[in-house]
Amino acid sequence: MVNGLLDRASVDAVLNDLDEYAIEEALRIVEPLNSAGATHSITLISMGPDRASEAIRKGLSMGADEAILISDPALSGSDALTTSKVLAKVISEGGFDLVFCGTESTDARMSVIPAMLAERLGWAQLTFAGSVKVDPSSSSVEIARMSESGVEVMSASLPCVVSVIEKINEPRYPSFKGIMAAKKKTIATKSLSDIGISPSEVGISGAWSAVLDAKARPPRDKGIKIEDSGEGGLKLAEFLQEKRLV
Amino acid sequence: MAKVLILVDHASGKVAKTAGELATFAKRAGDCIGLILAPEGQSQALSEQLANTVIGQVIAVESNDFAKHGQACLLDAITQIVEKVKPDAILIPSTSAGKEIAGRLAIRLNSGVITDAIDFASDLSATQSVFGGSFTVASKVSAGIPVITIRPSAIEAEVGSSAPAFEKVDAVISEKAKRVTITDSKPAVKGGRPELTEAKVVISGGRGTNGDFKPVEALADLLGAAVGASRAATDAGWYPHTHQVGQTGKTVSPQLYLACGISGAIQHRAGMQTSKTIVAINKDPEAPIFDVADFGVVGDLFAVLPQVGQAISAKRA
Repeated sequence: MVNGLLDRASVDAVLNDLDEYAIEEALRIVEPLNSAGATHSITLISMGPDRASEAIRKGLSMGADEAILISDPALSGSDALTTSKVLAKVISEGGFDLVFCGTESTDARMSVIPAMLAERLGWAQLTFAGSVKVDPSSSSVEIARMSESGVEVMSASLPCVVSVIEKINEPRYPSFKGIMAAKKKTIATKSLSDIGISPSEVGISGAWSAVLDAKARPPRDKGIKIEDSGEGGLKLAEFLQEKRLV
Repeated sequence: MAKVLILVDHASGKVAKTAGELATFAKRAGDCIGLILAPEGQSQALSEQLANTVIGQVIAVESNDFAKHGQACLLDAITQIVEKVKPDAILIPSTSAGKEIAGRLAIRLNSGVITDAIDFASDLSATQSVFGGSFTVASKVSAGIPVITIRPSAIEAEVGSSAPAFEKVDAVISEKAKRVTITDSKPAVKGGRPELTEAKVVISGGRGTNGDFKPVEALADLLGAAVGASRAATDAGWYPHTHQVGQTGKTVSPQLYLACGISGAIQHRAGMQTSKTIVAINKDPEAPIFDVADFGVVGDLFAVLPQVGQAISAKRA
Protein backbone atom coordinates (compact mmCIF):
# COMPACT_ATOMS: atom_id res chain seq x y z
CA MET A 1 0.00 0.00 0.00
CA VAL A 2 1.29 3.40 -0.90
CA ASN A 3 -0.29 6.41 0.72
CA GLY A 4 -0.93 9.44 -1.39
CA LEU A 5 -1.53 12.87 -0.05
CA LEU A 6 -3.18 15.62 -1.89
CA ASP A 7 -2.57 19.20 -1.13
CA ARG A 8 -4.30 21.93 -3.07
CA ALA A 9 -2.11 24.86 -2.15
CA SER A 10 -3.62 28.26 -2.69
CA VAL A 11 -2.46 30.64 -5.40
CA ASP A 12 -0.54 32.60 -2.83
CA ALA A 13 2.61 30.72 -2.08
CA VAL A 14 1.47 30.03 1.43
CA LEU A 15 0.58 26.54 2.50
CA ASN A 16 -3.12 26.61 3.06
CA ASP A 17 -3.76 26.28 6.80
CA LEU A 18 -6.37 23.65 6.24
CA ASP A 19 -4.02 21.59 4.10
CA GLU A 20 -1.53 21.49 6.95
CA TYR A 21 -4.14 19.54 8.90
CA ALA A 22 -4.34 17.07 6.01
CA ILE A 23 -0.55 16.64 5.87
CA GLU A 24 -0.36 16.25 9.65
CA GLU A 25 -3.09 13.60 9.65
CA ALA A 26 -1.38 11.64 6.88
CA LEU A 27 1.90 11.76 8.80
CA ARG A 28 0.20 10.55 11.98
CA ILE A 29 -1.25 7.59 10.12
CA VAL A 30 1.85 6.64 8.15
CA GLU A 31 4.57 7.16 10.77
CA PRO A 32 3.50 4.43 13.23
CA LEU A 33 2.96 1.96 10.37
CA ASN A 34 6.40 2.67 8.95
CA SER A 35 7.98 2.36 12.41
CA ALA A 36 6.46 -1.11 12.52
CA GLY A 37 8.18 -2.03 9.28
CA ALA A 38 5.83 -0.84 6.54
CA THR A 39 7.12 1.27 3.64
CA HIS A 40 4.37 3.77 2.93
CA SER A 41 5.23 7.07 1.36
CA ILE A 42 3.47 10.43 1.24
CA THR A 43 3.36 12.50 -1.91
CA LEU A 44 2.14 16.10 -1.95
CA ILE A 45 0.19 17.00 -5.05
CA SER A 46 -0.61 20.59 -5.83
CA MET A 47 -1.83 22.64 -8.74
CA GLY A 48 -0.63 26.21 -8.94
CA PRO A 49 1.99 28.59 -10.26
CA ASP A 50 5.71 27.81 -9.86
CA ARG A 51 5.92 29.87 -6.70
CA ALA A 52 3.61 27.33 -5.03
CA SER A 53 6.76 25.26 -4.60
CA GLU A 54 7.61 27.30 -1.48
CA ALA A 55 4.41 26.07 0.12
CA ILE A 56 5.16 22.52 -0.96
CA ARG A 57 8.63 22.81 0.57
CA LYS A 58 6.96 23.45 3.93
CA GLY A 59 4.92 20.27 3.56
CA LEU A 60 8.07 18.35 2.73
CA SER A 61 9.82 19.74 5.79
CA MET A 62 6.89 18.56 7.91
CA GLY A 63 7.78 15.05 6.73
CA ALA A 64 6.15 14.25 3.36
CA ASP A 65 8.43 12.25 1.04
CA GLU A 66 8.04 13.86 -2.35
CA ALA A 67 5.86 16.26 -4.31
CA ILE A 68 4.25 16.80 -7.68
CA LEU A 69 3.40 20.34 -8.79
CA ILE A 70 1.20 20.78 -11.83
CA SER A 71 1.99 24.19 -13.19
CA ASP A 72 0.91 25.55 -16.55
CA PRO A 73 -0.03 29.05 -17.70
CA ALA A 74 -3.19 27.58 -19.25
CA LEU A 75 -4.45 26.62 -15.79
CA SER A 76 -4.92 30.20 -14.70
CA GLY A 77 -8.61 30.89 -14.04
CA SER A 78 -9.46 27.23 -13.53
CA ASP A 79 -12.60 26.47 -11.56
CA ALA A 80 -13.23 23.56 -9.18
CA LEU A 81 -14.40 21.29 -12.00
CA THR A 82 -11.11 21.78 -13.85
CA THR A 83 -8.95 21.64 -10.73
CA SER A 84 -10.53 18.32 -9.75
CA LYS A 85 -10.05 16.99 -13.27
CA VAL A 86 -6.32 17.78 -13.30
CA LEU A 87 -5.75 16.45 -9.78
CA ALA A 88 -7.74 13.28 -10.47
CA LYS A 89 -5.65 12.58 -13.56
CA VAL A 90 -2.41 12.80 -11.57
CA ILE A 91 -3.79 10.77 -8.67
CA SER A 92 -5.15 8.00 -10.89
CA GLU A 93 -1.78 7.56 -12.53
CA GLY A 94 0.23 7.64 -9.32
CA GLY A 95 -0.80 4.31 -7.83
CA PHE A 96 -2.12 5.94 -4.66
CA ASP A 97 -4.59 4.37 -2.23
CA LEU A 98 -5.53 7.22 0.01
CA VAL A 99 -5.89 10.92 -0.64
CA PHE A 100 -6.03 13.47 2.16
CA CYS A 101 -7.36 16.97 1.49
CA GLY A 102 -8.11 20.03 3.54
CA THR A 103 -11.82 20.78 3.69
CA GLU A 104 -11.78 24.22 2.21
CA SER A 105 -9.11 26.34 0.64
CA THR A 106 -9.01 29.70 2.33
CA ASP A 107 -8.80 31.54 -1.01
CA ALA A 108 -11.93 30.11 -2.58
CA ARG A 109 -14.70 28.99 -0.29
CA MET A 110 -15.49 25.92 -2.28
CA SER A 111 -15.26 22.78 -0.24
CA VAL A 112 -16.30 20.55 -3.10
CA ILE A 113 -12.93 19.48 -4.51
CA PRO A 114 -12.63 16.35 -2.30
CA ALA A 115 -16.13 15.19 -3.28
CA MET A 116 -15.39 15.93 -6.93
CA LEU A 117 -12.19 13.88 -6.71
CA ALA A 118 -14.12 10.94 -5.28
CA GLU A 119 -16.60 11.22 -8.15
CA ARG A 120 -13.94 11.46 -10.85
CA LEU A 121 -11.79 8.66 -9.40
CA GLY A 122 -14.75 6.44 -8.53
CA TRP A 123 -13.33 6.13 -5.00
CA ALA A 124 -15.14 6.16 -1.67
CA GLN A 125 -15.82 9.65 -0.31
CA LEU A 126 -15.02 10.12 3.39
CA THR A 127 -15.21 13.88 3.89
CA PHE A 128 -15.38 16.39 6.75
CA ALA A 129 -13.48 13.98 8.98
CA GLY A 130 -13.02 15.05 12.60
CA SER A 131 -11.12 11.81 13.23
CA VAL A 132 -9.58 9.18 10.97
CA LYS A 133 -8.68 5.55 11.70
CA VAL A 134 -6.90 3.36 9.16
CA ASP A 135 -6.94 -0.40 9.62
CA PRO A 136 -4.09 -1.79 7.49
CA SER A 137 -5.11 -5.42 8.03
CA SER A 138 -8.51 -4.91 6.37
CA SER A 139 -7.36 -2.00 4.14
CA SER A 140 -10.22 0.08 5.42
CA VAL A 141 -10.67 3.59 6.73
CA GLU A 142 -13.18 4.83 9.29
CA ILE A 143 -13.94 8.49 9.90
CA ALA A 144 -16.30 10.56 12.02
CA ARG A 145 -17.88 13.05 9.63
CA MET A 146 -18.62 16.29 11.44
CA SER A 147 -20.86 18.84 9.80
CA GLU A 148 -23.74 21.14 10.70
CA SER A 149 -26.13 18.21 10.37
CA GLY A 150 -24.39 16.19 13.10
CA VAL A 151 -21.84 13.41 13.44
CA GLU A 152 -21.78 10.31 11.28
CA VAL A 153 -19.38 7.40 11.65
CA MET A 154 -18.62 5.93 8.23
CA SER A 155 -16.15 3.48 6.79
CA ALA A 156 -14.97 2.23 3.42
CA SER A 157 -12.31 0.06 1.86
CA LEU A 158 -9.38 1.65 0.08
CA PRO A 159 -9.03 3.54 -2.17
CA CYS A 160 -10.64 6.56 -0.50
CA VAL A 161 -10.66 10.32 -0.62
CA VAL A 162 -10.57 11.75 2.91
CA SER A 163 -10.99 15.41 3.74
CA VAL A 164 -10.22 16.61 7.24
CA ILE A 165 -11.72 19.51 9.14
CA GLU A 166 -9.77 22.14 10.99
CA LYS A 167 -9.18 21.08 14.61
CA ILE A 168 -8.63 17.41 13.75
CA ASN A 169 -5.07 17.81 14.99
CA GLU A 170 -2.37 20.33 15.84
CA PRO A 171 -0.06 20.51 12.81
CA ARG A 172 3.62 20.22 13.72
CA TYR A 173 6.18 22.92 13.06
CA PRO A 174 8.89 21.68 10.71
CA SER A 175 12.00 20.80 12.72
CA PHE A 176 15.45 21.98 11.72
CA LYS A 177 16.24 18.42 10.68
CA GLY A 178 13.03 18.34 8.63
CA ILE A 179 13.84 21.60 6.89
CA MET A 180 17.31 20.36 5.97
CA ALA A 181 15.95 17.02 4.76
CA ALA A 182 13.31 18.77 2.64
CA LYS A 183 16.03 20.53 0.65
CA LYS A 184 17.08 17.15 -0.72
CA LYS A 185 13.56 16.02 -1.62
CA THR A 186 12.35 16.38 -5.18
CA ILE A 187 9.43 18.43 -6.43
CA ALA A 188 8.43 17.11 -9.83
CA THR A 189 7.00 20.01 -11.83
CA LYS A 190 4.68 18.89 -14.60
CA SER A 191 2.94 20.76 -17.38
CA LEU A 192 -0.47 19.88 -18.78
CA SER A 193 1.08 18.06 -21.72
CA ASP A 194 3.20 16.03 -19.26
CA ILE A 195 0.02 14.69 -17.67
CA GLY A 196 -1.86 14.38 -20.93
CA ILE A 197 -4.53 17.07 -20.64
CA SER A 198 -5.20 19.50 -23.48
CA PRO A 199 -5.00 23.24 -22.63
CA SER A 200 -8.42 23.74 -24.28
CA GLU A 201 -10.01 21.61 -21.53
CA VAL A 202 -8.86 23.88 -18.71
CA GLY A 203 -8.59 27.49 -17.58
CA ILE A 204 -10.94 30.18 -18.82
CA SER A 205 -11.56 28.40 -22.13
CA GLY A 206 -12.60 25.23 -20.32
CA ALA A 207 -14.68 27.02 -17.67
CA TRP A 208 -18.21 25.80 -17.16
CA SER A 209 -19.67 29.12 -16.18
CA ALA A 210 -19.16 32.71 -17.21
CA VAL A 211 -19.18 35.82 -15.04
CA LEU A 212 -21.84 38.27 -16.16
CA ASP A 213 -21.16 41.04 -13.74
CA ALA A 214 -19.01 41.76 -10.69
CA LYS A 215 -19.43 44.74 -8.47
CA ALA A 216 -18.17 45.99 -5.17
CA ARG A 217 -20.79 45.84 -2.51
CA PRO A 218 -21.91 49.40 -1.77
CA PRO A 219 -20.37 50.61 1.49
CA ARG A 220 -22.75 50.45 4.43
CA ASP A 221 -24.34 53.77 5.33
CA LYS A 222 -22.76 55.37 8.33
CA GLY A 223 -24.56 54.04 11.34
CA ILE A 224 -25.60 55.57 14.61
CA LYS A 225 -23.14 55.26 17.50
CA ILE A 226 -24.15 56.12 21.03
CA GLU A 227 -22.32 56.17 24.33
CA ASP A 228 -24.02 54.11 27.04
CA SER A 229 -24.73 56.35 29.97
CA GLY A 230 -27.25 54.08 31.58
CA GLU A 231 -29.86 54.07 28.82
CA GLY A 232 -27.92 52.42 25.96
CA GLY A 233 -30.02 49.27 26.12
CA LEU A 234 -33.28 51.21 26.02
CA LYS A 235 -32.14 53.17 22.98
CA LEU A 236 -31.03 50.00 21.25
CA ALA A 237 -34.39 48.37 21.96
CA GLU A 238 -36.15 51.43 20.49
CA PHE A 239 -33.99 51.20 17.35
CA LEU A 240 -34.83 47.51 16.92
CA GLN A 241 -38.54 48.12 17.42
CA GLU A 242 -38.56 51.05 15.00
CA LYS A 243 -36.90 48.88 12.38
CA ARG A 244 -39.40 46.09 13.18
CA LEU A 245 -36.55 43.70 13.83
CA VAL A 246 -37.99 42.34 17.07
CA MET B 1 -41.73 27.76 -19.30
CA ALA B 2 -38.59 26.60 -17.57
CA LYS B 3 -38.63 23.67 -15.16
CA VAL B 4 -36.51 23.94 -12.03
CA LEU B 5 -35.78 20.88 -9.89
CA ILE B 6 -35.05 21.56 -6.23
CA LEU B 7 -33.59 19.13 -3.70
CA VAL B 8 -35.81 19.05 -0.60
CA ASP B 9 -33.56 18.68 2.43
CA HIS B 10 -34.92 16.97 5.53
CA ALA B 11 -33.76 15.54 8.84
CA SER B 12 -35.47 13.44 11.52
CA GLY B 13 -38.74 13.40 9.57
CA LYS B 14 -38.99 17.15 9.11
CA VAL B 15 -38.39 19.10 5.92
CA ALA B 16 -35.84 21.90 6.21
CA LYS B 17 -36.95 25.47 5.72
CA THR B 18 -34.59 25.75 2.75
CA ALA B 19 -37.25 23.88 0.70
CA GLY B 20 -39.57 26.89 0.72
CA GLU B 21 -36.69 29.27 0.01
CA LEU B 22 -35.40 27.29 -2.99
CA ALA B 23 -38.95 27.02 -4.31
CA THR B 24 -39.33 30.80 -4.13
CA PHE B 25 -36.23 31.25 -6.29
CA ALA B 26 -37.28 28.44 -8.65
CA LYS B 27 -40.68 30.09 -9.30
CA ARG B 28 -38.89 33.12 -10.76
CA ALA B 29 -37.75 30.95 -13.66
CA GLY B 30 -40.77 28.69 -14.05
CA ASP B 31 -42.31 25.58 -12.53
CA CYS B 32 -40.81 24.18 -9.36
CA ILE B 33 -40.49 20.43 -8.89
CA GLY B 34 -39.39 19.23 -5.47
CA LEU B 35 -37.27 16.08 -5.22
CA ILE B 36 -37.55 14.14 -1.96
CA LEU B 37 -35.06 11.35 -1.29
CA ALA B 38 -36.19 9.50 1.83
CA PRO B 39 -36.13 6.17 3.65
CA GLU B 40 -38.83 3.63 2.77
CA GLY B 41 -42.30 4.80 3.71
CA GLN B 42 -41.42 8.37 4.68
CA SER B 43 -41.68 10.48 1.53
CA GLN B 44 -45.46 11.07 1.52
CA ALA B 45 -45.40 12.52 5.04
CA LEU B 46 -42.51 14.77 4.08
CA SER B 47 -44.31 15.90 0.94
CA GLU B 48 -47.37 16.87 2.98
CA GLN B 49 -45.21 19.29 4.97
CA LEU B 50 -44.61 21.23 1.75
CA ALA B 51 -48.22 22.48 1.49
CA ASN B 52 -47.16 25.94 2.69
CA THR B 53 -44.50 26.28 -0.03
CA VAL B 54 -44.81 27.19 -3.71
CA ILE B 55 -43.64 23.73 -4.83
CA GLY B 56 -46.17 22.53 -7.41
CA GLN B 57 -45.07 18.95 -7.83
CA VAL B 58 -43.09 16.46 -5.76
CA ILE B 59 -41.15 13.50 -7.08
CA ALA B 60 -40.04 11.08 -4.39
CA VAL B 61 -37.54 8.25 -4.41
CA GLU B 62 -37.49 5.94 -1.39
CA SER B 63 -34.54 3.77 -0.42
CA ASN B 64 -32.97 2.68 2.84
CA ASP B 65 -29.58 2.83 1.10
CA PHE B 66 -29.58 6.63 1.44
CA ALA B 67 -29.10 6.48 5.20
CA LYS B 68 -26.93 3.37 5.04
CA HIS B 69 -24.48 4.37 2.32
CA GLY B 70 -24.80 8.13 2.04
CA GLN B 71 -24.19 10.61 -0.73
CA ALA B 72 -23.20 8.35 -3.61
CA CYS B 73 -26.63 6.67 -3.41
CA LEU B 74 -28.39 10.04 -3.36
CA LEU B 75 -26.43 10.94 -6.49
CA ASP B 76 -27.54 7.81 -8.33
CA ALA B 77 -31.17 8.69 -7.60
CA ILE B 78 -30.83 12.38 -8.48
CA THR B 79 -29.10 11.60 -11.77
CA GLN B 80 -31.91 9.27 -12.82
CA ILE B 81 -34.60 11.79 -11.90
CA VAL B 82 -32.77 14.52 -13.82
CA GLU B 83 -32.68 12.28 -16.91
CA LYS B 84 -36.42 11.68 -16.54
CA VAL B 85 -37.55 15.24 -15.72
CA LYS B 86 -35.01 17.10 -17.89
CA PRO B 87 -35.05 20.27 -15.78
CA ASP B 88 -33.56 23.57 -16.97
CA ALA B 89 -31.80 24.14 -13.65
CA ILE B 90 -31.21 22.30 -10.37
CA LEU B 91 -31.19 24.11 -7.02
CA ILE B 92 -29.66 22.50 -3.93
CA PRO B 93 -29.34 23.92 -0.38
CA SER B 94 -25.81 25.20 0.22
CA THR B 95 -25.03 22.97 3.18
CA SER B 96 -21.80 20.95 3.50
CA ALA B 97 -23.48 17.91 1.98
CA GLY B 98 -25.49 19.96 -0.52
CA LYS B 99 -22.35 21.51 -2.00
CA GLU B 100 -20.68 18.10 -2.28
CA ILE B 101 -23.71 16.63 -4.01
CA ALA B 102 -23.84 19.60 -6.40
CA GLY B 103 -20.16 19.23 -7.28
CA ARG B 104 -20.47 15.53 -8.02
CA LEU B 105 -23.75 15.98 -9.88
CA ALA B 106 -22.18 18.60 -12.15
CA ILE B 107 -19.48 16.09 -13.11
CA ARG B 108 -22.06 13.41 -13.86
CA LEU B 109 -24.18 15.77 -15.93
CA ASN B 110 -21.21 17.43 -17.62
CA SER B 111 -22.59 20.71 -16.32
CA GLY B 112 -21.30 23.84 -14.69
CA VAL B 113 -21.86 24.43 -10.97
CA ILE B 114 -22.21 27.59 -8.90
CA THR B 115 -22.01 27.22 -5.11
CA ASP B 116 -23.14 29.44 -2.26
CA ALA B 117 -25.40 31.65 -4.36
CA ILE B 118 -27.33 34.38 -2.56
CA ASP B 119 -29.63 35.14 -5.49
CA PHE B 120 -31.10 33.37 -8.52
CA ALA B 121 -32.70 35.11 -11.48
CA SER B 122 -35.29 34.11 -14.09
CA ASP B 123 -32.54 33.82 -16.73
CA LEU B 124 -31.02 31.04 -14.54
CA SER B 125 -28.05 33.17 -13.53
CA ALA B 126 -26.89 33.20 -9.92
CA THR B 127 -25.23 35.77 -7.70
CA GLN B 128 -22.49 34.97 -5.22
CA SER B 129 -21.02 37.09 -2.49
CA VAL B 130 -17.23 36.87 -2.59
CA PHE B 131 -14.16 38.16 -0.74
CA GLY B 132 -15.95 38.15 2.58
CA GLY B 133 -19.02 39.90 1.20
CA SER B 134 -17.17 42.88 -0.24
CA PHE B 135 -18.09 41.98 -3.84
CA THR B 136 -21.07 40.39 -5.53
CA VAL B 137 -20.59 38.38 -8.72
CA ALA B 138 -23.38 37.33 -11.06
CA SER B 139 -22.58 34.36 -13.26
CA LYS B 140 -24.29 31.96 -15.55
CA VAL B 141 -23.54 28.33 -16.23
CA SER B 142 -22.51 27.96 -19.85
CA ALA B 143 -22.49 24.17 -20.21
CA GLY B 144 -25.12 21.56 -19.40
CA ILE B 145 -27.90 21.95 -16.83
CA PRO B 146 -26.94 24.64 -14.29
CA VAL B 147 -26.41 23.13 -10.83
CA ILE B 148 -26.65 25.87 -8.20
CA THR B 149 -26.41 25.71 -4.43
CA ILE B 150 -28.30 28.42 -2.57
CA ARG B 151 -27.26 29.74 0.81
CA PRO B 152 -29.90 29.17 3.52
CA SER B 153 -31.92 32.29 4.46
CA ALA B 154 -30.97 34.02 1.19
CA ILE B 155 -34.64 34.83 0.66
CA GLU B 156 -37.88 34.98 2.64
CA ALA B 157 -39.89 31.93 1.52
CA GLU B 158 -43.09 32.72 -0.36
CA VAL B 159 -46.09 31.04 1.22
CA GLY B 160 -48.15 28.64 -0.88
CA SER B 161 -51.61 27.33 -0.16
CA SER B 162 -51.94 23.89 -1.68
CA ALA B 163 -50.21 20.57 -1.23
CA PRO B 164 -47.99 19.64 -4.18
CA ALA B 165 -48.92 16.78 -6.50
CA PHE B 166 -47.08 13.69 -5.24
CA GLU B 167 -45.49 10.97 -7.30
CA LYS B 168 -43.23 8.14 -6.16
CA VAL B 169 -40.62 6.96 -8.65
CA ASP B 170 -38.19 4.04 -8.53
CA ALA B 171 -34.46 4.53 -8.99
CA VAL B 172 -31.70 1.96 -9.26
CA ILE B 173 -28.90 2.31 -6.73
CA SER B 174 -25.68 0.90 -8.18
CA GLU B 175 -23.39 -1.41 -6.21
CA LYS B 176 -20.49 1.02 -6.55
CA ALA B 177 -22.55 3.71 -4.82
CA LYS B 178 -22.49 1.51 -1.71
CA ARG B 179 -18.73 1.76 -1.11
CA VAL B 180 -19.23 3.78 2.05
CA THR B 181 -21.10 2.32 5.01
CA ILE B 182 -22.54 4.59 7.69
CA THR B 183 -22.43 2.75 10.98
CA ASP B 184 -23.62 5.42 13.38
CA SER B 185 -25.39 8.73 13.03
CA LYS B 186 -26.08 11.38 15.62
CA PRO B 187 -28.09 14.35 14.37
CA ALA B 188 -26.86 17.73 15.59
CA VAL B 189 -28.29 18.43 19.01
CA LYS B 190 -30.92 21.04 18.39
CA GLY B 191 -31.35 23.14 21.43
CA GLY B 192 -34.39 25.35 21.46
CA ARG B 193 -32.44 27.68 19.18
CA PRO B 194 -32.49 27.89 15.40
CA GLU B 195 -29.58 26.78 13.22
CA LEU B 196 -26.95 29.53 12.95
CA THR B 197 -26.96 29.77 9.16
CA GLU B 198 -30.75 29.63 8.94
CA ALA B 199 -31.70 32.08 11.71
CA LYS B 200 -33.30 35.45 11.02
CA VAL B 201 -31.57 36.92 14.04
CA VAL B 202 -28.05 36.02 15.23
CA ILE B 203 -26.54 37.24 18.49
CA SER B 204 -22.81 36.65 18.84
CA GLY B 205 -20.44 36.97 21.74
CA GLY B 206 -16.70 37.57 21.69
CA ARG B 207 -13.78 38.32 23.96
CA GLY B 208 -15.88 40.89 25.82
CA THR B 209 -18.08 38.17 27.30
CA ASN B 210 -15.10 36.94 29.31
CA GLY B 211 -16.49 33.47 28.87
CA ASP B 212 -19.95 34.27 30.23
CA PHE B 213 -22.47 33.80 27.41
CA LYS B 214 -25.52 33.97 29.71
CA PRO B 215 -26.66 37.48 28.72
CA VAL B 216 -26.12 36.64 25.03
CA GLU B 217 -28.14 33.43 25.33
CA ALA B 218 -30.89 35.09 27.35
CA LEU B 219 -31.53 37.73 24.69
CA ALA B 220 -31.21 35.11 21.94
CA ASP B 221 -33.97 33.07 23.56
CA LEU B 222 -36.18 36.11 23.98
CA LEU B 223 -35.80 36.97 20.27
CA GLY B 224 -35.80 33.39 18.95
CA ALA B 225 -32.27 33.99 17.73
CA ALA B 226 -29.28 31.75 17.09
CA VAL B 227 -26.12 32.21 19.13
CA GLY B 228 -22.80 32.82 17.38
CA ALA B 229 -19.28 33.40 18.66
CA SER B 230 -16.07 35.01 17.49
CA ARG B 231 -12.94 32.96 16.96
CA ALA B 232 -11.46 34.47 20.13
CA ALA B 233 -14.39 33.06 22.10
CA THR B 234 -14.31 29.60 20.52
CA ASP B 235 -10.53 29.30 20.72
CA ALA B 236 -10.73 30.14 24.42
CA GLY B 237 -13.14 27.24 24.78
CA TRP B 238 -16.00 29.50 25.88
CA TYR B 239 -18.35 28.36 23.13
CA PRO B 240 -18.37 25.37 20.72
CA HIS B 241 -16.48 25.78 17.43
CA THR B 242 -19.65 24.87 15.54
CA HIS B 243 -20.93 28.33 16.50
CA GLN B 244 -17.97 30.27 15.15
CA VAL B 245 -18.87 33.06 12.75
CA GLY B 246 -16.15 34.26 10.38
CA GLN B 247 -13.72 33.30 7.67
CA THR B 248 -12.80 29.94 9.18
CA GLY B 249 -16.26 29.42 10.65
CA LYS B 250 -19.77 29.94 9.34
CA THR B 251 -20.96 32.71 7.07
CA VAL B 252 -24.28 34.18 8.14
CA SER B 253 -26.46 36.86 6.64
CA PRO B 254 -29.49 37.23 8.89
CA GLN B 255 -31.97 40.11 9.03
CA LEU B 256 -30.33 41.21 12.28
CA TYR B 257 -26.81 40.50 13.54
CA LEU B 258 -25.95 41.62 17.05
CA ALA B 259 -22.23 41.57 17.88
CA CYS B 260 -21.55 41.69 21.62
CA GLY B 261 -18.02 42.25 22.87
CA ILE B 262 -16.58 41.49 19.43
CA SER B 263 -13.90 43.84 18.12
CA GLY B 264 -14.73 43.03 14.50
CA ALA B 265 -11.49 41.78 12.98
CA ILE B 266 -11.65 41.45 9.20
CA GLN B 267 -11.89 37.65 9.53
CA HIS B 268 -15.02 38.00 11.66
CA ARG B 269 -16.56 40.64 9.42
CA ALA B 270 -16.07 38.32 6.43
CA GLY B 271 -18.58 35.98 8.04
CA MET B 272 -21.30 38.50 8.88
CA GLN B 273 -21.06 41.73 6.93
CA THR B 274 -23.78 40.81 4.46
CA SER B 275 -26.30 40.80 7.34
CA LYS B 276 -29.19 43.19 6.64
CA THR B 277 -28.87 45.14 9.88
CA ILE B 278 -25.83 45.05 12.15
CA VAL B 279 -25.82 46.14 15.78
CA ALA B 280 -22.66 46.25 17.89
CA ILE B 281 -22.07 46.58 21.60
CA ASN B 282 -18.46 47.11 22.65
CA LYS B 283 -16.60 48.93 25.42
CA ASP B 284 -13.94 50.15 23.00
CA PRO B 285 -15.22 53.12 20.95
CA GLU B 286 -12.46 52.46 18.40
CA ALA B 287 -13.45 48.83 17.76
CA PRO B 288 -13.62 48.21 13.98
CA ILE B 289 -17.00 46.50 14.38
CA PHE B 290 -18.54 49.98 14.66
CA ASP B 291 -17.44 50.70 11.06
CA VAL B 292 -20.00 48.20 9.77
CA ALA B 293 -22.65 48.67 12.44
CA ASP B 294 -25.97 50.37 11.68
CA PHE B 295 -26.37 50.96 15.39
CA GLY B 296 -23.52 50.88 17.87
CA VAL B 297 -23.53 51.15 21.63
CA VAL B 298 -20.26 51.99 23.33
CA GLY B 299 -20.78 50.25 26.61
CA ASP B 300 -20.70 47.09 28.69
CA LEU B 301 -22.66 44.21 27.21
CA PHE B 302 -23.46 42.97 30.74
CA ALA B 303 -25.41 46.19 31.34
CA VAL B 304 -26.79 46.79 27.85
CA LEU B 305 -28.08 43.33 26.89
CA PRO B 306 -30.32 42.78 29.96
CA GLN B 307 -31.73 46.28 29.49
CA VAL B 308 -32.60 45.51 25.85
CA GLY B 309 -34.32 42.33 27.00
CA GLN B 310 -36.32 44.11 29.67
CA ALA B 311 -37.40 46.88 27.28
CA ILE B 312 -38.57 44.38 24.67
CA SER B 313 -40.38 42.21 27.22
CA ALA B 314 -42.10 45.30 28.67
CA LYS B 315 -43.30 46.35 25.22
CA ARG B 316 -44.64 42.86 24.50
CA ALA B 317 -46.47 42.57 27.81
